[in-house]
Amino acid sequence: MAEKTKYKMARYLRKEALPTALCPGCGGGTVLNAFANAIDQLKLDPRDLVVVSGIGCSAWIASPYFLADTLHTTHGRAIAFATGVKVGLPDKKVVVISGDGDLAGIGGNHLIHAARRNIDITVILVNNFIYGMTGGQVAPTTPFGARTTTTPYRNIEHPLNIAEVIAEAGASYVARWTTAHVYQLIESMKKALQVKGFSLVEAISQCPVQFGRRNKMKEPAEMLRWFLKNSIPISKAKNMSREELEGKFVIGEFVNRQRPEFTEELNKLIEELTGQSGPGDENAD
Amino acid sequence: MIIRGDEPEQIALLKKLYPKGNYFMQGDEAIAYGAIFAGCRFYAGYPITPASEIAETMARELPKVRGYYIQMEDEIGSIAAIIGASWTGLKSMTATSGPGFSLMMENLGYAIMTETPIVVVDVQRSGPSTGQATKGAQGDFFQARWGTHGDHPIVAISPISVEDSFWETIRAFNISEKLRIPVVLLTDGVIGHAREQIRIPDPEEVEIVYRKLPKNEEEAKYPFGDVDGSLVPPMPLFGHGYFTHVTGSTHKETGLRDVYTPEVHIKLVNRLHKKVEKHEKEIEKWEEHFTDDMEILVISWGVSARPSFGAVLRAREEGIKVGLFIPKTVHPFPGRRVKELARKVRAILVPEMNLGQLILEVQRYVNDDVILKGVNKIGGVPLTVEEILREIRGVWDG
Ligand SMILES: Cc1ncc(C[n+]2csc(CCOP(=O)(O)OP(=O)(O)O)c2C)c(N)n1
Repeated sequence: MAEKTKYKMARYLRKEALPTALCPGCGGGTVLNAFANAIDQLKLDPRDLVVVSGIGCSAWIASPYFLADTLHTTHGRAIAFATGVKVGLPDKKVVVISGDGDLAGIGGNHLIHAARRNIDITVILVNNFIYGMTGGQVAPTTPFGARTTTTPYRNIEHPLNIAEVIAEAGASYVARWTTAHVYQLIESMKKALQVKGFSLVEAISQCPVQFGRRNKMKEPAEMLRWFLKNSIPISKAKNMSREELEGKFVIGEFVNRQRPEFTEELNKLIEELTGQSGPGDENAD
Repeated sequence: MIIRGDEPEQIALLKKLYPKGNYFMQGDEAIAYGAIFAGCRFYAGYPITPASEIAETMARELPKVRGYYIQMEDEIGSIAAIIGASWTGLKSMTATSGPGFSLMMENLGYAIMTETPIVVVDVQRSGPSTGQATKGAQGDFFQARWGTHGDHPIVAISPISVEDSFWETIRAFNISEKLRIPVVLLTDGVIGHAREQIRIPDPEEVEIVYRKLPKNEEEAKYPFGDVDGSLVPPMPLFGHGYFTHVTGSTHKETGLRDVYTPEVHIKLVNRLHKKVEKHEKEIEKWEEHFTDDMEILVISWGVSARPSFGAVLRAREEGIKVGLFIPKTVHPFPGRRVKELARKVRAILVPEMNLGQLILEVQRYVNDDVILKGVNKIGGVPLTVEEILREIRGVWDG
């Protein structure tokens, strides 16, 4: 149990909810660990954090395991719920942690529009290329040619390039790493938490049970080696063609920029109309 | 900033912006003003006829009272956003019509399961599907009751006029806050778009309710437990350091998921039902006219209650002993009262703008020896006094 192992990040976890339900070798633990480290290194008080998730194994990573206010919502809708939370609590950090099927499949439209609005929410999208929880069906992120329970011969569709789409949609910050790049993942999570505006950290993660097993990588380590072997830094990828990048994972920061943020604009409008600042606003800089 | 609506600064603002007196406005606008008087300070929505005027009024008025308006990318996102906002302490509302109401069903169930106070307005229009988009109807009676999956309680309220829309919206918020339950305001395109005179009251005349908050850390540990015997748990809002966990999965009193223990599910879902039953007296509301000496009873709701009243008045002039019953809270249905009234009459007529929905609910409380007849109309044109009067005369003479 957490206490016995003296795991430093254990104080960020809901002890009564442990052990987690994640399979052995799941990348979800790495993401949870990276997130706890990011919070710890930034010295953020978990009381100033609201974590929102959708439905799926990846949605369980922080909810209920992370000790903060946690809102476990319906499939695909976490970002829309988080939008209401952020408007009500603009001074808190609102973080969404969920899967690729949840956030980019059924919930893809909310993801795009939250980025367009540039609302100050941090999304940690765990991309395991598969619908894990429901038994390994094809996802909008599944690589071309891969086998899943609903593409028993091969996947004839092309995967969505989530980080690229969301960078284009207007997010303030977008980065992509894999669970084989833990330090970079932590650094990007820290930046994402600090940037004002919509931020997305896409964490490519291994699901040996539902994806690896059916694609000749049943050991978690094989999947991590696959990530490392095929990762291309974004600086290098810029000089490569689409064909050359087929089957590769472009990693690094896609954007890091300043744009007007939604809740700030909303509150500015209210100040203009009411001509006064409300209680609590005196400390704002 | 979390506003409850009853702060002196807010009362002063409402008085200044909306001085008491007579106004001329649409039913949809009256809903928006009712919500603002009830303390609603967060609205998320998506445009749809005949509900868009609610969004437009909220977009214009909310920022003036330090409230938040957001147009979401769809109705699923709209109801999701208001649930999220409600957990921060904001009274929240969305409004839509049939197609959007259909999209909201999954998250309506989420709000029931997580005991989140929200108000969802359905300005009913003629369906199925896109139907007659600009025309009113009353076809969503059972969708409001059973549209979301699984065993669940629901409260739905139907106003009968523009002024009623204002007050029933306030009542919807009060019930929602008191019971930690979503309340559906089931109005329709006819009342929504009708313009009538309405009296806007002094905000101090309006009684508004805010949800019960935990008195201490101990109470906050049980966001889904019956800590005080009312069956309604206090709501530990986000942002107060309670580490509240909220999930639509079956959960224990602490909020933690437990989807395997039958007793946990049975206890939770039964309490959700019982909390509504226990507070039935505070939820139920109806109007009765001429029910003391009647032989025929007309039962009608929403837009159809108006011509029904006209027809009953005319029939009385003709010496016909007819009474009228109008449920304002349509779910839970006031079945006990209908049963009492049904014993006194030989015939019951149920006028409504659909092919027979309320009548099925009425039927459960009426003995076989009573004639039960629907007065139904679809096509987007409301029932007239004449049409209903003809049916009353028919059963009186028959
Ligand atoms: C509306 C709805 N449709 C389908 C489901 C079933 N479902 C549960 S989890 C899931 C897939 C989640 O996939 P992903 O987000 O990639 O997460 P993973 O389990 O792979 O981590 C699906 C389809 C659901 N819960 N709700």
